[in-house]
Parts: sequence; structure tokens; C-alpha cells
Amino acid sequence: MTTVTTETGSPKRRLGDLVFANLTRGAGLTILVALAGVAIFLTVEGAPALGAKSADLKGHANFLSYVAPLVFGTLLAAVIALIIALPLALGVALAVSHFAPRRVALVIGYMVDLLAAVPSVVYGLWGIGVLGPRLIPVYAWLAQHVGWFPLFAGPASNTGRTILTAGIVLAIMVLPIITAITREIFTQTPRLNEEAALALGATRWEMVRLAVLPYGRSGIVSASMLGLGRALGETMAVALVLSASGVVSLNLISSTNPSTIAANIALTFADSTGLQRNALIASGLVLFVITFAVNFGARAIVSRYESGSKA
Amino acid sequence: MTTLDTAPSTGASLRGARLPRYAPAIAGVISVAAAAIVGMSLSWNLAGMVILAVLIYLVGLTTWSRAVENSRAATDRLVTSLIWVALGIAFIPLVSLLYEVISKGAGQIDGKFLTWTMRNVVGQPGGIYHAIIGTLIITAGATVISVPIGLLTAVYLVEYSAGSRVASWIRFLVDVMTGIPSIVAGLFAYALFSLIVGPGTQFGIGGSVALALLMIPIVVRSSEEMLKLVPSDLREAAYALGVPKWKTVLKVVIPTALAGIITGVTLAVARVIGETAPLLIICGSTDSLNYNLFHGQMASLPVFIYTSYTQPGLNPSILQNMAWGAALVLIVIVMVLNIAARVAGRIFAPKTGH
Repeated sequence: MTTVTTETGSPKRRLGDLVFANLTRGAGLTILVALAGVAIFLTVEGAPALGAKSADLKGHANFLSYVAPLVFGTLLAAVIALIIALPLALGVALAVSHFAPRRVALVIGYMVDLLAAVPSVVYGLWGIGVLGPRLIPVYAWLAQHVGWFPLFAGPASNTGRTILTAGIVLAIMVLPIITAITREIFTQTPRLNEEAALALGATRWEMVRLAVLPYGRSGIVSASMLGLGRALGETMAVALVLSASGVVSLNLISSTNPSTIAANIALTFADSTGLQRNALIASGLVLFVITFAVNFGARAIVSRYESGSKA
Repeated sequence: MTTLDTAPSTGASLRGARLPRYAPAIAGVISVAAAAIVGMSLSWNLAGMVILAVLIYLVGLTTWSRAVENSRAATDRLVTSLIWVALGIAFIPLVSLLYEVISKGAGQIDGKFLTWTMRNVVGQPGGIYHAIIGTLIITAGATVISVPIGLLTAVYLVEYSAGSRVASWIRFLVDVMTGIPSIVAGLFAYALFSLIVGPGTQFGIGGSVALALLMIPIVVRSSEEMLKLVPSDLREAAYALGVPKWKTVLKVVIPTALAGIITGVTLAVARVIGETAPLLIICGSTDSLNYNLFHGQMASLPVFIYTSYTQPGLNPSILQNMAWGAALVLIVIVMVLNIAARVAGRIFAPKTGH
């Protein structure tokens, strides 16, 4: 507060500065308080669930055995989404940054923005109404021909509402995030590194492999983690698409699927009462902790990377 | 494969033999033709033929390049093709989604659809007026909460904190906050108002609070970027005239950055206006019009889409078709906001007055 110690200003002016400075700082602290408030209020409202009996927990003995299958389903759906989205996102990002002509790259950029702008409930509607039915024959084929592989053991779902469909929809939804961040980092590759690689006779792909990808490695890692965080917390697409029965199963194409935390909350919240709601809020706290940890890690990598690149 | 070994030596020029520029086009035409012939003779569907064409193209072009050029050039061509394939796969869903929403939704939209509510409407198509109004009111509430907090925080980060530890923590946690799942924001609002107002409270302002939690980080980051762009010459000129700092910020810095800030806020609104999960929990849903943000359940477009599609009642096609119509309206609103953001950026851009 240098304005307070200097003797030049009139008292009135100093008052205005003091008020405004503290107002802005108060706003900043409000954000920290809100973030802490999320954790605190979810803990307060979720805590009673720890004493809940099996009647309120869908037959599970305690809260831990209630939430564990949901955590499994959440991770499974998010990992499927990431496995599908990451190669596609890297392809799109490289197309924009290094492969496509400038005008085409501009159009691709708009389309990625469009992909990011579509509301999640509309993706869910598309997943259940269009994508799911189209995938039924694919799942039947998989169950028939690759059924020996545990992931496709079948019997194939005849609605298409499987965890794999949910994973595909999630992949489409996280694609714009991963693309945006990796594209940003790929375009920041030092021009001299690229030109040095080309001058040594590298093909375009070799230039990308030798100059662009190593430079963007930590960016790719953090972009994937941010995408993972989004996929973990995505609710409506999964709630609409998935026909969930809450089992723990690696079978991706059957009609009995693991549920996810977020989808479970959305599907059962309205009809639940009392301790059931507390249990749902407690599972929301678990989701918050998981996504917070993933995002925290991703942002830590990004910020270390940003300070490193400036040095 | 003897040609492979001899090919480089036959090249007359220093760079060795190269495929002609139009090689990818030729490979493309041949693979499409081949896939069409095979596919039609085996009566495959379109998806099968496209997949076959892509495979023929990838293998054919790579082998050709390997035979004429060298293995490094072949790898380069393969990767380049794979990148375009990835691009194609990534945008198939977007095209399909837009096509389906428009084709299924456009037929629903008429005067009644946009001006009626679902109050006492059973067994026949009603309207989504109540949901549109609910969405607008709730989102307006979220904007009113989040813009002052977000903008003042951005001012603090840019103008007042000057590299302090608190500021770097705020900046970092704001980034982390962008990753909060929307349903957690809804549960937060629900838990908050359950403790303040009473257990199980559902009303519109709760939805505004939840959406504000999701909007604040976007507003902070975009406003911060815009405030940073304001040249420090302007600030120093104001200080030199004896203008106090707070007045400099309010009268010089913010007006200069206003265009960018409005764009950022509009984009933030576009981001949260389609959020469903928090509103499902804290706002509930109703068939009637509710203008009161502070009392009673409030319908919103996303929740209407969800409940109509999943609980369509006795005659499923009516409400499910309405869900597609509502989805189209929602997408149009989001697109209009996105375009408005860019237009507003131009309108409110500072006059350069030279």
C-alpha cells in the first residue's frame, strides 16, 4: 500500500484507492472462499452418509463399497474417452499448426470451436438417439468375432447404450479441449528448431517428430490430463447414453454397464430422499477431489512449463 | 521387391526420384473407385466402403512412395494421410450431430412451440416458452453474480497484486476451477441452500449461483488477458495528470479493454447456458412459467431436453420430438451468443481517434 505511505496525495484520493484496492482484493479472495466453500459444504452435507445403512445405499454395506464401483465406472469411461480422443486431437492440432494451408487451418479452428460450443445435453441426445442405434451392429459383430477378448465379451447390447458408446461421446466432447491446448503449444515451437530440422533434410513428419513433439511433450501431457478431468466430471452425456446397472465389469459392449459418479447423481437425485441424498452429495465430493487432483496436476505442469519456456 | 533397392540409384536428380505432385489425388481416385466396386459387388453399406477406401489409400500411397521414393518419404506420406484421416473422423460426429438436430428439430419449431408452456398440456405437443424464459433468467442471474466478482478479480490480478504470492495462488486456483465438474457446482449450490434456506430447497437463484461458479474462472481469465493488453502508457499518462489509481482503472483501463471484456463475458455465457446437470439438481423442473428467481422450481431448456427425452410419458414420440426441437433452439441460442461475442468485440472496440 504505497499510496498510504506517500505524503503527496490528498486524503480523499487515498480513501478511494484504499476502498477500490480492497474491493478488488475482496473479489479475488471471494473466489478462494468459494472454492473452499465447495469442499466445505459438500463435506458438511455429505458427512451423514458415512453412517448410512445399506437401505439407503442401494444394498451396499457402507459408503465405501457404494462409491467404489462408481469410481471404477467414472475412470473407465474417462480412460476410454482419452484413448479415443488423444490421437484424433493430436492429428487435428498438427493439421492446424503444421500440415494444413492457412485458410484450411482457419476453417478447422472454427469447426473445433463449434464442437466445443455444443451443449453436453445435445451430445447426450445425439448419443442415445443417433450414435447408439448405429453401433448396435458393430457391437454384435465384435461380440461374435472378437468375443474371446475380455473387453468385447458380450453378449452385445441391443440398444447400443453401452459404456463404449458413452466413452465415444465423451471423446468427442474432450477433443476440443485437448486440441486447443496442444495446438497452442505446437504453434509456439521455436521457428529455428523447425528450420534446422528441415535444413538437415528432414521430411515434414521427421521435423514434427524431432522438433515439435519433444517441445510440446509436457503440453500434451497436461492437455490430456485436462481432457481427462473434463471426461471424469461430464454428466449429461453419460446419464443419457449409458444404460447403467452399477456393476464392476470390463465388458465394454454388454447391456450391464458400470455407472459413473456424475451420471449416478443426475439419474437418482430427483427420486432420492434423506440419507440417499447425503450419499449422493458425498459421492460428488469424491468426484470433486478426483477432478481437483487431476486438474491441479495438469495446471502445475502447465505453469512449470510456462515459467520454464520464458527462462 | 527388387525395385526398392534400385529405385534411388535410378533417380537422375540430386534429390532422388519423387512422386508427381498429383500422386495423392490419383491414389485417392483409384482407392475410391476400387472400394466402390468391391463394396457394391458385396453390397456393403456406405461406412464399410469409406473405411475400405481409406485403407486402400493409406496402403497404396505408402507402398507406391516406398517403391519410387524411399522409406522416409513413405513414412511422411503415411503420417500426413493419417492426420487428414484423424481430421475427418473428428468432424464426422459434428456434421452428423448438426444434421440430425436440424432435420429432427426444424419441423417442431413454429409459433406455438415458442410461445406456449407445457402447463396442462397432456398427449399433444406444447411449447417451450417456460424453459426459454427460465434459461434466460437463470443465466442472467449467473451473469450478474459472476461478472463483478470476475472483473474485479482480474483488476486485482493485473493492477494491484504485482507478483504477490496471493495473486499467483488465485491465478492458479482459478485455472483449476475451470475444471470443476458442473454437477459438483450444482451439488455445492444445493448443499449451500439446504443449510441456509432449508433442506431440499430448489429454486432459480441456486442455479444462478451454480452457473456463476462455472462462469467466474472464464470471466477472470479472459478479462485478465484483456486488461494486460492495455498499454501502460495510458495508465502513466493518467497518473501524470494526477488521476488517482482507482479512477484510472475505472475511466481509462476498463473502457480501453471493454470490447475484449464483453466478448469474454458473452463467450462465458455461451459456455454455461447449455449446462444441464447443476440445474437438474438445484432448479428442478416444472411445466409452468415461473418468473420468480427466488421461489419455486424453474424450467430451463437443457433440463427440458433431458426430462422430455428420458421421461416422455404415454406417447413417447411427442415429447421426444419436442426435445429435438428444444435442442435446436438451444444450439441456435449458443451460436447467436458466439457470433454476438465477436460482433460486440467490434462495436465496443476503443476508437482510435487519429
